[in-house]
Amino acid sequence: MSKKNKIFVACEEANHVCDKTQYKDATLWEKIKLNIHLIYCSACRKYTKNNNKLTKAIKDVDCLDDDYKEKMKKELEKAMKDAI
Amino acid sequence: MLKHEIDPNKWIDLHSDYLFNYTISRISDREIAQDLVQDTFFAGLKSMKNFKGEASERTWLVSILKRKIIDHYRKINSKKGKAEVRMTYSGDENEGDWLEERVANPFNKTAESTLENEELSSAIYNCLDKLPKKQSDVFKMKTISNYETEVICNELNITASNLWVIIHRARTAMAGCLEENWF
Repeated sequence: MSKKNKIFVACEEANHVCDKTQYKDATLWEKIKLNIHLIYCSACRKYTKNNNKLTKAIKDVDCLDDDYKEKMKKELEKAMKDAI
Repeated sequence: MLKHEIDPNKWIDLHSDYLFNYTISRISDREIAQDLVQDTFFAGLKSMKNFKGEASERTWLVSILKRKIIDHYRKINSKKGKAEVRMTYSGDENEGDWLEERVANPFNKTAESTLENEELSSAIYNCLDKLPKKQSDVFKMKTISNYETEVICNELNITASNLWVIIHRARTAMAGCLEENWF
């Protein structure tokens, strides 16, 4: 438990929390710890900055649903058999 | 009979997301975009013999998709033609201004942002392709499909901390790759 309650965390943990934040998975306490860490750690500040940029960039990217892909695969396979 | 450069079995895994993004930036309707991607694969299958291997499989599929998208717009435009309604001309300048011509550009975003978006998504997909398969799978599921951590863990049979390590590596690699190619 003592490990969990530390205010000053290692870079590793800070990065982990930063990753979680990108998916809104971090708890408030984790975010507080991250921000305290960011005050004195420039390497993690850089990582966080890039990470936020990446999240923003990827926001508009879309992909197909897995179900639809499976359906498409089956139909394509069927068409391939017919063709040969 | 299948040439080794072209393998329809892998098309969907390798290219469907890329093609879908390409389509969605031009046609904002998901359903239609999905159909067009599927049509592209079928058309590709049919004309596989014409694939000379000069361009990459993806480029070749995109060129088919482009035709499909153009055909789609032609089709909706010809439907519009049937219901031609003449607007009252507001002045000499606008002579010949038919309703058809007044219809807003079908791309509901500005040309610039569409272009930028499309370039960005292709940059992202190119970077994703460079990642190891597992990393890109997990990253896609988590970031683009927005699955819950638990769902991904169950599906891929990994632990949550495993997942976060993979995500961390993927994000670092992606940020580095995009840094070179985009930011």
